[in-house]
Amino acid sequence: MSLPRSPEAATLDRVSAVIEPTESPAPVGRDFPAGFLAARSRPGETITLGLMKLSAWVSIAITIGIVVALLIPSIDFFRQVSVMDFLFGTRWAPRFANASFGVVPLVTATLWTTLIALCTAVPLGLGAAVYLAEYAPWRVRKLLKPILEILAGVPTVVYGLFALTFVQQTVLRDWLGFTTGAFSVLAAGLVMGVMIVPTVASVSEDAMSAVPNALRQGSAALGANRMQTTLRVVFPAALSGIVAAIILGVSRAVGETMIVAIAAGSQARIVGGPLEQGLTMTSFIANAALGDSRVGSLAYDTLFAVGLLLFVITLVVNAISIAFVRRFREAY
Amino acid sequence: MSTTTLSVPRRLGRAKGGEDSPKAMAFMAALWFCLFVAVLFLVVLIAVTVIEGLPRWDGALLGNYPGPDPLEAGARPAILGSMWVIATTATMAIPLGVAAAIHLEEFADPTNRFNRFVELNVQNLAAVPAIVYGLLTLSAVALLGLTNKNMVIVGAMSLALLILPVIIISTREALRAVPIEIRHGSLALGASPLQTVIRQTLPAAVPGIATGSILALSRALGEAAPLLLLGGLVFLRFDPNGLLSGYTTLPIQIFNWSSRPQAGFHTLAAAASMVLLALLMAMNSLAIYIRNRFQQRW
Repeated sequence: MSLPRSPEAATLDRVSAVIEPTESPAPVGRDFPAGFLAARSRPGETITLGLMKLSAWVSIAITIGIVVALLIPSIDFFRQVSVMDFLFGTRWAPRFANASFGVVPLVTATLWTTLIALCTAVPLGLGAAVYLAEYAPWRVRKLLKPILEILAGVPTVVYGLFALTFVQQTVLRDWLGFTTGAFSVLAAGLVMGVMIVPTVASVSEDAMSAVPNALRQGSAALGANRMQTTLRVVFPAALSGIVAAIILGVSRAVGETMIVAIAAGSQARIVGGPLEQGLTMTSFIANAALGDSRVGSLAYDTLFAVGLLLFVITLVVNAISIAFVRRFREAY
Repeated sequence: MSTTTLSVPRRLGRAKGGEDSPKAMAFMAALWFCLFVAVLFLVVLIAVTVIEGLPRWDGALLGNYPGPDPLEAGARPAILGSMWVIATTATMAIPLGVAAAIHLEEFADPTNRFNRFVELNVQNLAAVPAIVYGLLTLSAVALLGLTNKNMVIVGAMSLALLILPVIIISTREALRAVPIEIRHGSLALGASPLQTVIRQTLPAAVPGIATGSILALSRALGEAAPLLLLGGLVFLRFDPNGLLSGYTTLPIQIFNWSSRPQAGFHTLAAAASMVLLALLMAMNSLAIYIRNRFQQRW
C-alpha cells in the first residue's frame, strides 16, 4: 500500500486514484499528471482522525458538563437561600427544622485541615525534593523515588483509617495525652500532609532539576558550598515551579475527601483549634450522600452549592498556579 | 569576636562556609530528616495496618458477604465489585484518553488558540477534586431519569472521568518521548501521518502509555469519594454480575467499616485495607516493571 513506486507506476494507476486539484501546479516543462503530488484520499483515515479530534474535545465537554451540572442545582439553591446568608452565615444546619445554610463552619474546617496539611507537606516535601535533586547519589535516588510513589499510591481510605485509629487515638490521645475526642482536624490534617508530600516533592524536584548545571558550577566556582548553592542559586531559579508545587498541594488538600470524612468528624461547628472536630466542605458532601436526598429537593441542591464553592476554590487556586509558572518561569 | 588582633584562622585552608561547616552539615541533616519522616510514616502506616488487620486476615474476609458480626463478615462482593468497576473504567477511559492524547500531541496545531485552550483545560481537569466528578455523574444520572444509581457502569463512568485527564497527560508524555526521526523516517517511506502514528509512534510509546494507565487505574481503584455519592455504599448479598448490576467497592467497604464505633469493624477495615494495598502494590510493581523492562531510551 505504501510501497515506494516509480513515477511511471503512479502515472499508470492515476485513473484509479482520486485526482484532486493541487495547490501548487506541477512544475512547468515536465510532464507530470495533475494531482501527482496530491495524497490519495483515505476516507478511513479521515474518519479516524475526526474521532481522535472528538475525543480531545470530550475534555471540553466534561468541563462544560461540570459547570452546568453544578450551576443548575445551585441556582435552585440560591433561589431559596440568599448568597450572603450562604457565604457569611455562621451556622450550618441544613437538616434541622430551623434550617440554616451558613457555610462558614465548613470553610473553617477546610482551612484548618488544609493549613495543617501544608505545614506538614511543604517542609517535608521541599526537603525531600532538595535532597533528591541536589544531594542524592544516583542509587539512593533510584531507591527513594519508588518509595515516594508508593506513598502517593496509598488509597485515601487507608490513610483515613490510619489517621482515625493510630494518629488520633494512639499518638495524640494516648502518647501525647491531648484532650481530644474521637476525631480532630489535627489528625486528619497531619495525615493529609504526608499524603501530599509526594506531589510537592516531585513537582518541585522537577523544577530544581531543570535549573541548568552551569548555574551550580558558577556558584561553586565562587566558593559557595552545596547548601549555599541550593539556597541562593537553585532555589530562587526554581521558585516558580516550587510555588506551583505548593499551590498544587493546596488544591489537593482542599479537595481531599475520604481522610477528612473518616477522621475529622462530622459536627458542623466553627473550628477554633486543631484538636476540635470539624466538618469540611468535602466531608459534608460525602456524609450527605449517605442519606438519600431526592433529586430537586433542597438537600440535593445544597450538595451542589457546596460543590460549586469547592470547584471555584480549586479552579482559582489552579489558575494562580498556572499563571505563576508562566509569569515567573526563567527560560534558560 | 575579637576586633583588635588580626587572628589567623585555626584551620587554615578551609573556607568558612566549607562543605562540612556546621551549617552545611545541619542543612543536610535536615534534608535527611525530611525523607526519613516520609519513609518512616510509610513503614508505620503499613505496619500498623498489618498488625491491626492480621486477626481478620483469613479466608472468611475474601469469601464471606458483609454482615453485622465483625468476626464473620467478609469483603467478597466488594472485591469483585472493585474488579468489575475497574475493568469497566479501563475500557471507557483508556481508548478515549489515548485517542485524545494522539490528537493533541501528533495532529493538533500547537499555535492554534483553541488547541492551547484544550491543553490548559486538561491540566485543570486533572486537579479537579474527585468528589466533583461524583457530583457531575450524579446530575447526569438525574438527567437521564434513572432511579437506581447503584450500577457498575455509573460508578465506572465517574472514575473514568476522574482518570481521563491523567491518562491524556501521561500518554502525551510517552508520545513526546518518541524521537521525531522515527516519524520522519516513516513519512519519508511514504506512510501517511496516521499510518506513521499507528505503526511507528504508538507502538514505540506503548510501555509509557501502559505505565501511565496502570498508575491511573490504581488511583481509581483506591478512590471512594465519587462512588459514595453514587450510592456505592450498600450491603450486597450477591456477587456483582454485569454492567447494570449493583455493586460496592473495597474502598467504600473500608470507609463503612471504619466509620463504625465497634473496634471489631476497625480490625475488619484494616484487614480489607491489606487486601487493597496488596492489589495496589501488585499494580504499581507491574507498572514499574513495564517501565524498566520495555521502555526504550533513544
